[in-house]
Amino acid sequence: MPAPPLIPCDVAVIGSGIAGMSAAWFAAREGFATVVVGRTGGILFASSLLDLLAVHPLAERRLWENPWEGLARLAADEPGHPLARIAPARIREAIDAVAAALGACGLAYGDGGNRNRWVLTALGTFRPTWRVPATMEAGIAARRAGAAARIVSFHGLRGFSARGIVECARPSWKALSAAVVEFPRAAPGGELFPERMARALETEAARAALAEALTPCRQGAAALGLPAVLGISRPAEVHRDLEARLGLPLFEIPTLPPGATGPRLKEAFERALAQAGVRRILGQSVVRAEALATGGFRLETENRDFCPGIEARGVILATGRFLGGGLRAERGRVVETVFGLPVAFPEDRDRWHRRDFFDPSGHPLNRAGLPFDEAFRPLGGGGEPAHPRLFAAGSILAGQDWVRSGCGSGLAIATARAAVDGLKKALA
Amino acid sequence: METQVLIIGGGVTGVGLARDLSLRGVDCTLVERRDINAGASGANHGLLHSGARYVTRDPAAAVECRDEGRILRRIAPHCIEETGGLFVAVAGDDERYAADFPGACRRAGIPCRALDPTEARALEPVLSEKLIAAYAVEDAAIDPFRLALDNLSEATARGGRVLLSTRVEGFDIEGKRVRAVRLRDAATGERRRIAAEVVINAAGAWAKEIAALAGLPLAMTWSKGSLLITDRRLAGRVINRLRPASDADILVPGGTVSILGTSSERLDSLAEIVPTVAEIDRILEAARDMVPALERTRFIRAYAGVRPLVGRAGETGDRLLSRGFALIDHAEEGLDNFLTITGGKLTTYRRMAEKAADLACRKLGVRAACRTAELPLAPRPANRWTEAGAGPRSWPEASRAPQELLLCECEMIPASAVVEVCEALRLQGARPSLYGIGRRSRVGKGTCQGAFCGVRVNAHLYDRQLLSGREGIRDLRDFLEARWRGMRPILWGTALAQEELQEALHCGLFGLDREEASCPPRP
Ligand SMILES: Cc1cc2nc3c(=O)[nH]c(=O)nc-3n(C[C@H](O)[C@H](O)[C@H](O)COP(=O)(O)OP(=O)(O)OC[C@H]3O[C@@H](n4cnc5c(N)ncnc54)[C@H](O)[C@@H]3O)c2cc1C
Ligand SMILES: Cc1cc2nc3c(=O)[nH]c(=O)nc-3n(C[C@H](O)[C@H](O)[C@H](O)COP(=O)(O)OP(=O)(O)OC[C@H]3O[C@@H](n4cnc5c(N)ncnc54)[C@H](O)[C@@H]3O)c2cc1C
Repeated sequence: MPAPPLIPCDVAVIGSGIAGMSAAWFAAREGFATVVVGRTGGILFASSLLDLLAVHPLAERRLWENPWEGLARLAADEPGHPLARIAPARIREAIDAVAAALGACGLAYGDGGNRNRWVLTALGTFRPTWRVPATMEAGIAARRAGAAARIVSFHGLRGFSARGIVECARPSWKALSAAVVEFPRAAPGGELFPERMARALETEAARAALAEALTPCRQGAAALGLPAVLGISRPAEVHRDLEARLGLPLFEIPTLPPGATGPRLKEAFERALAQAGVRRILGQSVVRAEALATGGFRLETENRDFCPGIEARGVILATGRFLGGGLRAERGRVVETVFGLPVAFPEDRDRWHRRDFFDPSGHPLNRAGLPFDEAFRPLGGGGEPAHPRLFAAGSILAGQDWVRSGCGSGLAIATARAAVDGLKKALA
Repeated sequence: METQVLIIGGGVTGVGLARDLSLRGVDCTLVERRDINAGASGANHGLLHSGARYVTRDPAAAVECRDEGRILRRIAPHCIEETGGLFVAVAGDDERYAADFPGACRRAGIPCRALDPTEARALEPVLSEKLIAAYAVEDAAIDPFRLALDNLSEATARGGRVLLSTRVEGFDIEGKRVRAVRLRDAATGERRRIAAEVVINAAGAWAKEIAALAGLPLAMTWSKGSLLITDRRLAGRVINRLRPASDADILVPGGTVSILGTSSERLDSLAEIVPTVAEIDRILEAARDMVPALERTRFIRAYAGVRPLVGRAGETGDRLLSRGFALIDHAEEGLDNFLTITGGKLTTYRRMAEKAADLACRKLGVRAACRTAELPLAPRPANRWTEAGAGPRSWPEASRAPQELLLCECEMIPASAVVEVCEALRLQGARPSLYGIGRRSRVGKGTCQGAFCGVRVNAHLYDRQLLSGREGIRDLRDFLEARWRGMRPILWGTALAQEELQEALHCGLFGLDREEASCPPRP
């Protein structure tokens, strides 16, 4: 039997996290025939906040009010950091473009400008981020104004206590108070799941019922804070509608994952990719990758019936780290899972992690990853690019600790841009 | 405040003493620096020894284990899983040692039955194909947390007092007697004194430190042991390697998991008791000959405990009641009402408590006899959550509301269990905290290691008005940091991916790594 023909394309992106989806979107916008293959991963846990840079240097726990100043300092201190290797203007352009594309697909973001913002979390902590989803913005203004805000939780939504948030956040926001209500049509005593609540709220009837349940909570409040459950595919619309019904500003608070924000981000990306003409092969892993004599690549996925294979002129590897599956650690070494590329990591396993989990300088293993050249091509054994048309983006890149620095999505999007820029030159 | 007997240390020996003395009608107070089973009693293998392990080296200890094992099966069956045990040798192990084993068991009076290696492999398919000898013995698994908590509950129900999170700092001594014990509350820093007629030092590995506070010399060295917990139960029975005691030669089932260990390493100080990467590697390399599947197994965490070794060779040997444990009457060194009971095993805790209580009663002039070998230990419902898999199993009898929220999904712990445990904590004078709940239930012991259930439990405690202010954030940080000690050496494979999620969640999303800085500037 003849093998079914491979899917031909200019650019194949492996991995469908923030980096992979951004890379696919940029590539398609450059006019490349683009395919993205990825299984669903950590994006379902994402908060949908877009961080750029919050902390640097880590050991000093220095927080940056202006992330661009932080980036300048980072570039001076750590010239090997992926964000240090991209011009700030290019970073800004890239994130603006992705945020606008997500906005056009229902997930609108507020302005970034030159300032980080403090977002209230489900633990009652505040964490700095750069681009805030429009559904979360009202909380930032309300806190700055010292406005009386009521935090509302729902019976049966685990890990989200309005009272707990208020108790913990009060030192920074005096005029907070708490209320608990029943979520409309929830089974009494039953458990609530953010994603299902959010999907329910896309219907007008559920919003009307929720607005009614929330009405008593308005008493004496200038704003209401709710768990982030206001819609999946049209959060901006759900948010606007509820604000109109209640007549006061509403803001979402990111919840303990799995929440609604991850699926929201994933679906907005998927719509943006569809609009940009990207062919999406999702829920699939690349299990084999091979460089061809023609200079391109052949990729094989798990399920041949679903995808006969891909033949690409260039590849962007955005498979993430240990959680995403791009890297895998064995007892004494770290391997890259698709191409077997060299990984930089501390040799001695005893030095992978520090003695204290919360050690401010972060764990050395979290800086492990693929070393890369100025075009974002991963290096082979000899220090040369592993392949002239193989690029890498996102958290799989070495020399960064996105969690502790607070630069995750910014790094994913900016390096996706840089990898596509590199690939464009290579394919020219 | 006054008490007849003040017990120092809330491990199994200390709580066993509290139960024993209160059954004799003696008024007692137990003080524990951290929490119940914070020492070796919460960091051991959970093996109720049949004695077979000691038949060659120490037949007297073997008999002691056998007898105590039989008593515990009678008085505390709810803490014991009757697993049975195997002793196995693999190709390359000392064949003479294996051949001598049944004879040594017979001489010591420890039941032991020879098995054909294929029969043994049929019983426990995880065993290596290279098995050359196998014997069945009467080992069992014991839950040290449930055991300690039930002992404590019974002691407090009979009027015994317990002060958790209270550290002994010194003694008021007059002539040949300790008049009072000086204490400090670890949370508030408050100091107080309790006058006591007899003081019993049951501080395990820390007994030397306590003796020193009273100006008493106590020769002691320490041996640290590390263990590994697997993500599922690999075998039904306890599996021992049939060779002279060495690293990694026992695999003990505990509810839904198996525990592999232990290493043995001399320590010069107790400053840091953590499992290291090197120890874990050593354990795994040694154990795979016996159970090859360990090479591919996912581990949940590791932990370490310290065994006190009393006396330097030849020095105080005559004081040892058996080579298993040391009961020291410090009258000889000039303090008439001060005893030390240390060493020994979990398996023999009851007997240690009995002997120490006998001596204390002689000093007090109390004639009541020990009753702990006969009176069953009452199972307290609030203490049942320590058992792995207790959640689903106890729902029917606990009449769990059909819709009740599970706060911990890995271990299936409903909200009502957490509330029940908090009530038990209150009765023990302790504040509800993740740390205390974690010692009294399986919260934080599953694959998430507290990353998710820690947040859910805290939210529930806030809703119930059981936490206030920023307590919950501090508790969560402490809890995650404590779990980290056990995660750090096993971070590869899936466990590492899980850790990355924990870090993205707690340091990324919630900003707990910069907690003190995570308040925005005042508007
Ligand atoms: C709990 C959590 C909270 C977060 N919170 C924030 C936040 O507050 N702010 C912020 O800016 N960002 C946040 N993020 C997102 C974070 O920035 C990104 O996850 C990070 O930048 C990594 O993105 P990535 O695309 O490089 O990797 P990943 O997100 O790990 O994506 C890699 C993808 O590749 C797929 N993959 C791996 N191997 C293969 C293969 N062989 N074949 C096919 N597909 C494969 C994986 O399944 C996965 O989908 C959060 C993430 C998590 C997990
Ligand atoms: C690695 C390992 C594995 C083991 N496996 C087994 C096994 O499988 N089977 C078995 O039978 N036995 C086993 N044992 C032995 C068993 O665990 C111990 O014999 C037993 O737990 C000792 O209990 P304890 O109460 O005497 O001491 P501990 O449990 O150590 O209790 C001492 C207590 O004193 C407290 N304390 C210390 N200083 C102070 C102070 N200043 N003020 C107040 N309190 C203080 C500590 O916090 C601690 O809680 C093992 C031991 C180890 C180390």
